[in-house]
Amino acid sequence: MSAVRVALFATCFNDTMWPSTPKAVVTLLERLGCTVEFPRAQTCCGQMFTNTGYAAEAVPLVRSFVDVFGSYDAVVVPSGSCTGSVREQHAGLARRAGDPGLEAAVEAVTPKVHELSEFLVDVLGVTDVGAYFPHRVTYHPTCHSLRMIRVGDRPLRLLRAVRGIDLVDLPAAEECCGFGGTFAMKNADVSIAMGSDKARHVRETGAEVLIAGDNSCLAHIGGLLERQRAGVRTMHLAEVLAATEEDPS
Amino acid sequence: MSRTFVGMPKFQVGARHALADTQLRRNLAHATRTIRAKRGAVVGEVADWEELRVKGAEAKDRVLSNLDTYLVELEARLVEAGATVHWARDAAEANGIVVDLVKATGADEVVKVKSMATVEIELNQALEAAGIAAWETDLAELIVQLGDDLPSHILVPAIHRNRAEVREIFLREMGKVGRPAPEGLTDEPPRLAEAARLHLREKFLRAKVAVSGANFAIAETGTLVVVESEGNGRMCLTLPDTLISVVGIEKLLPTWDDLGVFLQLLPRSSTGERMNPYTSMWTGRTEEDGPQDVHVVLVDNGRTNVLADVVGRQALRCIRCSACLNVCPVYERVGGKAYGSVYPGPIGAVLGPQLRGRQGKLEQSLPYASTLCGACFDVCPVRIELPDLLVHLRTRVVDDHRGGLPSAEALTMRAGAFTLSRADRLEKAQNAATGVGHLLRGRASLGRVPWPLSAWSEARDVPAPPRHTFRQWWAKREGGRG
Repeated sequence: MSAVRVALFATCFNDTMWPSTPKAVVTLLERLGCTVEFPRAQTCCGQMFTNTGYAAEAVPLVRSFVDVFGSYDAVVVPSGSCTGSVREQHAGLARRAGDPGLEAAVEAVTPKVHELSEFLVDVLGVTDVGAYFPHRVTYHPTCHSLRMIRVGDRPLRLLRAVRGIDLVDLPAAEECCGFGGTFAMKNADVSIAMGSDKARHVRETGAEVLIAGDNSCLAHIGGLLERQRAGVRTMHLAEVLAATEEDPS
Repeated sequence: MSRTFVGMPKFQVGARHALADTQLRRNLAHATRTIRAKRGAVVGEVADWEELRVKGAEAKDRVLSNLDTYLVELEARLVEAGATVHWARDAAEANGIVVDLVKATGADEVVKVKSMATVEIELNQALEAAGIAAWETDLAELIVQLGDDLPSHILVPAIHRNRAEVREIFLREMGKVGRPAPEGLTDEPPRLAEAARLHLREKFLRAKVAVSGANFAIAETGTLVVVESEGNGRMCLTLPDTLISVVGIEKLLPTWDDLGVFLQLLPRSSTGERMNPYTSMWTGRTEEDGPQDVHVVLVDNGRTNVLADVVGRQALRCIRCSACLNVCPVYERVGGKAYGSVYPGPIGAVLGPQLRGRQGKLEQSLPYASTLCGACFDVCPVRIELPDLLVHLRTRVVDDHRGGLPSAEALTMRAGAFTLSRADRLEKAQNAATGVGHLLRGRASLGRVPWPLSAWSEARDVPAPPRHTFRQWWAKREGGRG
């Protein structure tokens, strides 16, 4: 495999609150022979602003995203929803801004932006990434991974190839956990009602670890599980795939 | 029997009330799960389902971009076929027309086919005010009407009721407005259906006037179509002398051939049936057969405002199947009443603010009544991009408020956007967060925290900030390498 040059878009949320996830992406991709770069000028895709109705506030972030990542051949994102924000919403924001130059720049960069499981399976062509994780786990397919960018069963194919893993099906897996960005605050009661059902399904599996491709959804479900002292921890897919027998997570 | 949706509070208030209703939660969870499974099975067996969805969307888009011509064509065909066509700009005009038509017949009662348009314009209340009794004949509408209740679902307006509650309503209320429920009525569905049948039969046989809506109106032929499951609609459409149909102007289909697509899309999406039991079609008046005095009231009531929004107008493709309600995790937990109108669920959250405007607190809250999970788009038979429309309307709501005194949310968003607009600003904010992380010495959770984050931490532990950010780690690593 010739060295693939990859730009890591850590996402502002992971960068600030969950640094172990982008660190795991670096470990994993370097193990698979990639050269990983982290352009320091990166900040945020603007998703929270866009989805709460603050389109005008999101436009400068779109501009910054294409400036930072425009020159790379591949951009890897450890988040389904941030990938969705770039691929499905940046073009509309550029159109709204009435800036044809920005529109063209967005159009050029978006096909090169990949969610982690897409990059591994489609670009690198691997499902067995050499990981070792001897734990009982269950996987929650986050809504934007599933229905916005349509990663399909790629994360599950990657997890099934992990040595030692005991992967059990999550009941009603495809139902939303109730996070929904600012929905979690603006409609906290409904959000918690949905999250409680998701947490119950997680507990029914007997898994010790809940895995997903979005730390935002995991912070919501994990926050509920932790409040219940449920004895289930949450982990990003990248961290499980980065774990090896020599260097466990 | 005159409950209305007027003056409903914002979504969050209704939602909190509904979440606490344990019976409602259980009824809804059971009903939506059952109908989701039925829909999934019958949609799964259609190999060209995606093709049908695309065709459905295209036919509706054709209507919406040529509405003026198709409406005139429909009117011409209807008049040729002996019907009288009326035009109503809003609910008041539509109600006035129907009340006058009923009064002209001398009748003091009408039987009604289930119709969303007539609930939307609150026709029953207008008829009642004019001294005319309106009898709902659809089983679920009858349950809502007898229970002095509000509908909570498009297809199954009494979805929030279980059979024990239905039995109690029948026993308590039927005798007040007609034939009482049989003595010893049990809550077995066949017994409840029989009670409804006996109660309604005398009204069908007596009624001189019927009021209906229409699922489709075909411009090419002037044919109206009603799709139903119980046969009560067929009774109303054939027995009385006068038939008045209230039809939203977006109900048009260009041609007879287009109907074939929708008769496949609608039943599978709504009741989870391959075909609905009764499909009634009529084209104006037929000599010596069925109603001889046939009227069609074409209603705008905000639809042309929706049409004026080039992004939002796709909501007018809606054929009222309810698939988006049944799959919506928010709807499943709060039911329909929190949406404050006859159109609940994702489509209601979109249509409400579009039809009624965004002035009210309820209408401003509706576009936010969704996690944007996308399940609604996947099941929509006419491919309405509901998550995109919700975001579009959120943007409208925020933009409506620009220029005035900014809200706490707007200030937070502006500050956030400023911080995230440059990496050096983000790094400064991150240093503050990791400072807290250091003070916590590796604690994983903050547990509960004060306002405004208390909305989060009321039920969810708050994660503690880490001792270093990713970019701090990266800089250290690169420094070490250099």
